[in-house]
Amino acid sequence: MKSFLEIKYNIENHTPVNPKEDFIAKCTNPKLNPGQENEVEQFNKELRYEINDVPVIFIGMDTSALASGAGKVKAAFEKELKEKNIEAKIVATGGIGFGTLEPFVDIKLPGEDRVVYSQINEKDVPKLVESVLIKKEVFTKKVFATYGKGTDTLPNINETPFFKPQLRVVLENCGIIKPESIDEYIAWGGFKAIDKALRLLTPAEVVNEILKSGLRGRGGGGFPAGKKWDLALKQKSEIKYLVCNADEGDPGAFMDRSVLESDPYKLVEGMMIGAYAIGASYGYIYCRAEYPLAIERLQKTIDKCKEYGLLGKNILNSGFNFELKIKKGAGAFVCGEETALLASIEGKRGMPKPRPPYPSIAGLWGKPTVINNVETLANISSIINRGSDWFSSIGTEKSKGTKVFALSGKITNSGLVEVPMGITLEEVVFNIGGGIPDNKKFKAVQIGGPSGGCLPESVIKTQVDYESLKGVGAMMGSGGFVVMDEDTCMVDIAKFFLTFIQSESCGKCVPCREGTKRMLEIIERIPKSYKGTTNKLDELQRFKGIIYLNRLSNVIRDTSLCGLGQSAPNPVLSGLQYFKDEYEEHLYERKCRAGVCKDLLTYSIDNTICSGCGVCVRKCSTEAIIGEKGQAHYIIQDKCIKCGMCFEACRFDAVSVN
Amino acid sequence: MHENIFDHYEKKDKSSLIPLLQDVQAIYGYLPEDALQEISDYVGLPLSRVYGVATFYNQFRLTPLGKNVVRICRGTACHVKNSANILYSVETELGIQAGQTTRDKLFTIETVACIGACSIAPVININEEYYGRVTTKEIPKIIKKYRSEVQKETASGKVTEGVK
Amino acid sequence: MVELTINNIKVKAEEGMTILDAAKSVGIAVPTLCHLKDLIPSGACRICSVEVEGQRGLIPSCAYPIYEGMVVETNSPRVRVARKTIVELLIENHPQDCLICVRNGNCELQDLSEKYSIREHRYKGEHKDHAVDISSASLERDPAKCILCGRCVRVCGEIQKVGAIDFINRGFTSIVSTPYNKGLNVSDCILCGQCILVCPTASLREKSSLKTVSDALNHRKKYTIAQIAPAVRATLGEEFNMPLGTDVTGKLVTGLRRLGFKRVFDTNFAADLTIMEEAHELIKRITTGGTLPMFTSCCPGWVKYLEQNYGDLLENLSTCKSPHEMEGALLKSYFAKKMGIDPKDVFVVSIMPCTVKKYESARPELNVESLTEVDAVLTTRELVRFFNIAGIEFADLGESEFDNPLGESTGAAAIFGTSGGVMEAALRTAYYQLTNTHLENVDFEQVRGLQDIKESTISINGLDLNIAVVNGIGNAAQILDEVREGKSKYHFVEVMACPGGCINGGGQPIHQKIDKVIERMKALYEIDKKMLLRRSYENESIKKLYAEFLGEPGSHVSHEILHTHYIDRRKTRKIVNPK
Repeated sequence: MKSFLEIKYNIENHTPVNPKEDFIAKCTNPKLNPGQENEVEQFNKELRYEINDVPVIFIGMDTSALASGAGKVKAAFEKELKEKNIEAKIVATGGIGFGTLEPFVDIKLPGEDRVVYSQINEKDVPKLVESVLIKKEVFTKKVFATYGKGTDTLPNINETPFFKPQLRVVLENCGIIKPESIDEYIAWGGFKAIDKALRLLTPAEVVNEILKSGLRGRGGGGFPAGKKWDLALKQKSEIKYLVCNADEGDPGAFMDRSVLESDPYKLVEGMMIGAYAIGASYGYIYCRAEYPLAIERLQKTIDKCKEYGLLGKNILNSGFNFELKIKKGAGAFVCGEETALLASIEGKRGMPKPRPPYPSIAGLWGKPTVINNVETLANISSIINRGSDWFSSIGTEKSKGTKVFALSGKITNSGLVEVPMGITLEEVVFNIGGGIPDNKKFKAVQIGGPSGGCLPESVIKTQVDYESLKGVGAMMGSGGFVVMDEDTCMVDIAKFFLTFIQSESCGKCVPCREGTKRMLEIIERIPKSYKGTTNKLDELQRFKGIIYLNRLSNVIRDTSLCGLGQSAPNPVLSGLQYFKDEYEEHLYERKCRAGVCKDLLTYSIDNTICSGCGVCVRKCSTEAIIGEKGQAHYIIQDKCIKCGMCFEACRFDAVSVN
Repeated sequence: MHENIFDHYEKKDKSSLIPLLQDVQAIYGYLPEDALQEISDYVGLPLSRVYGVATFYNQFRLTPLGKNVVRICRGTACHVKNSANILYSVETELGIQAGQTTRDKLFTIETVACIGACSIAPVININEEYYGRVTTKEIPKIIKKYRSEVQKETASGKVTEGVK
Repeated sequence: MVELTINNIKVKAEEGMTILDAAKSVGIAVPTLCHLKDLIPSGACRICSVEVEGQRGLIPSCAYPIYEGMVVETNSPRVRVARKTIVELLIENHPQDCLICVRNGNCELQDLSEKYSIREHRYKGEHKDHAVDISSASLERDPAKCILCGRCVRVCGEIQKVGAIDFINRGFTSIVSTPYNKGLNVSDCILCGQCILVCPTASLREKSSLKTVSDALNHRKKYTIAQIAPAVRATLGEEFNMPLGTDVTGKLVTGLRRLGFKRVFDTNFAADLTIMEEAHELIKRITTGGTLPMFTSCCPGWVKYLEQNYGDLLENLSTCKSPHEMEGALLKSYFAKKMGIDPKDVFVVSIMPCTVKKYESARPELNVESLTEVDAVLTTRELVRFFNIAGIEFADLGESEFDNPLGESTGAAAIFGTSGGVMEAALRTAYYQLTNTHLENVDFEQVRGLQDIKESTISINGLDLNIAVVNGIGNAAQILDEVREGKSKYHFVEVMACPGGCINGGGQPIHQKIDKVIERMKALYEIDKKMLLRRSYENESIKKLYAEFLGEPGSHVSHEILHTHYIDRRKTRKIVNPK
């Protein structure tokens, strides 16, 4: 396949060594290539798959889809096409974000619309090929939507309940284009923004545009991105750095990974614009090592950009230089904190430093450094392209644009969703998410990850924006959006997040290192049974802890060195605020209504149902179950460690819990 | 067999410490003590600093991994879908705790903060393979599959040491 | 100048100052733990938190610069609760064994606990449990008592640039430790003990030799001799509430006699002797084309550092033993013979400002006829404890004189205890040895003071002697790298491992008074100034010693008992490149 670099235009070729300022413009605007208009237009259409002479099979291949078996599906297609001797092109795209229905396969027959099939496994492939490629019929059993005009039976993808309320800016290309193809990115309008910035805007104008757009950091804090840039732009320094924080460590959040895997060029373009705006000639993408696919694709992206003269020296003959490197994070949640991230890039333990000095003034190796998160940077090109007015028209007064959430948990439709700021939690949960499965009752939604909070039904009409979420005790965070139903215990959730924070605390400052440990211990004592405890004082300790929980939380929040510690008490505080009755039930009635806190459960065998098959006996690791073969069995409560294995193992549902 | 990993990095460049550790671990599967000493000399940092960094990050391990690495996702979505019990059954099945390796060096259990496949929670991941929406009942079967693979390999004379 | 308000007091302070310093300037005390003067604040302990108007959380005053119109509150209920909680959290994860702790009464955590009236254990829970590392000859490392303030790590890494210890692990399991938590004896540690001086608790402490010494004193057959290092006399008084820089030589001698030592000699005597030998060695190297620059060898921490890191430069080290080892050698040969005592029965105890000396005294290559020269080393702090046990009211003691002949010394020996002192003393004697005339002005101001590296060129009889004084081992590498590359211009280099020299040694009294080093330094120069004799070669007893026993500097006998050799202790690094 040819590339934009290879198409011979009527002037001399653009190369990294001999860059042309109108390269990007010429790639996409046929009129700028007199005598070659048709060739350029044709090429662009091919790249956007508007015209294709053989069927094109698009398979979503990001990590999430691969985990659902997309790799096997692709292999099955290759095999099937070969066996049936069908000429078709397989394109590995990124993920469209609808995790529940993955893997997705889109098929576009020549001259027809791109049709989306969902939940395809390798066994479906022969039938799909048979139906679509041979019989030219829609495979109705697994069809999801079409990219063309919708019908009653086959809706347009953007009219489906999951996608309709969404507004895709950051994710606009995800699942649609081939993430590894720079030409496709260009054909879909890529690099137009950096082209515009370099040719028409001064750095100060770019900064101003971002300031005006109202874009705020998407990594958690919500600090205005333009302000950060402005501060860095004003620093006089030969060397400045732009760092992209792609160290997404929040359990239950994978938005950034999706961008990295499905549309890496968008991030790189955003970084180029940012670097130009602040005057940085070096950039780093600090990406989790746990994202090997993202790293691989990013590296390819960077290499390609260099090949196209879009990274390196004198980019598009503008005099702007930008070197971009990937730094693999080694796994530390605290490295999401700016100063810790910088320490990690410098080769140190990722421990935060006190601020001031702020990184924008003295960051990486003491030089002015701007750190932006992936999603923030992925917004930049759209803002430059469409203008700050367009961007600020989306969202609420103080929170502009869209926000990507990783919708998961006890929810029918889970996946990545991008919604305009100001949408209510309810819309996300019940419209996009399709509500709670299995007829269970909604209990809470956890937003903002370990630093966020659990919000109950009473505040479900809260708008998604920085201030409103903070107001109800959660925070925007990086975008985890975990839905919980009545089977989720709120004490257990507090324990879960505190355990996470505790194990991810860097250990530098006292309140976080020691304080969160004590807090966790206090929470851990709540659902403890104290059975067999001889010292009554131990049992009383659980009340004592509760008395001081607030005091401890306040001190941790007040004095911790970094955001991780300062927000560590949030899950507990929001739990106490909204689910006090559940805490009290655990404390006084010694009961866990969700049936999660093992210590407070009692397992028993219904002797009218038990067949005495003995499966549970073999599963029981503490020999707590006794009974003759063929006779009803019995659980010795003193020996039972409430592991629940008997409950899981029983084929007759004879074991009950309460 | 492998190219010299040090060739990619400048001597005395302190910022190459973490990449070097990652490269060494990619080759050996863990960080051997001698390698740490050598890295310390190469980047010009005291061994204590190198060791401090190696023990700070989750990625680094100082002991060899088992042949099969069972990763249990402990992300929020998996947690609300009972991954604690999944972890418990894997632990009981293998007789070790998370972070440990079986004595026969066949299995290591690790927990990860989030695999990022929340839509198919709860997820476990063994080597390259993902298992989504797993239940505790399936665990013994899944583990058994890897056990029998090893037995087949041993029978056919293949070496079954831990990860190189 | 910036104007701000602290606790409703208008404060004018210099721009760039921290809140902590600005508060201090108007007499407002803010507690600190992780704070170390002259180092970039780490902001780890949070005990110095204060309330600043307009800020969401509390602000670490040690790390936050003041600004115009700032309103600070250091004593609000919110601040007090925060500080109290931090202390409570620290105590909860700290062994509750104050009563039997070596730092009982001199512990910053204990002080804070008292200051904030901690009266109950509010947050009970798991606490860390670690074994004590007693592997080294000088130091003990007790991670259980560590509150992770990081001062030792910073002193070891940033000031001494040794980096033997660092933070290991993460979060609640963090400890300060050596690689693989191995013993200090196999680590990069040079045992200088600077970490002890900054440790707020007893997590780092010297290995005590009190029992050994007390046993020897009670032993019928042992002829116990004490010798006192130059720097001890200028610091020991601090432990008895005397002003910084009080010279307590006379009381020390009295005290040691009361403890039961049969003889009390002065290491200063051996310091003069060292100068005789070292100056001679220097001139010999210069005139006969020996290895240059010559490094001083009286600091065992420095020697250990060189052996461990620059084992290829051992030729540059003077072969002279350190003064107290010379004194010990003479006591077990010259003195024992003179007194008709079996050298085996002589028990030499050195009172030293230094922790490395404990290690040094056990070096086998320093033995004379298979006898260790020094049998035990007590640090200044241990001696204080010994005085206390023995019921000696030190401050009330009368003054007495050292025993002779190994008790006489000149001013040149006194200044051994401070950075630049050995150099200055050596120059005074080298001048004489080269010119045969007495140096008029013996004060070499250019080698005094606390700069990192002090360098100078001294012209003696047409010979331009390029000298350098390295103050603190952290500044040595730059000179050593030059020497290694053959680019060094120096003839003679003095290195003291501890910043400031022995007056700031790892065995000295522990407190965080800012001017301690300068005041102690002044005391030593004062002693020198008051001396009638200020050049080592003028020491009558030294003259007699050469006449009676050694012959002349650098003689065969001197070499036998006053000089030593060194060992390359660089770790053999296995190359583990992938196959």
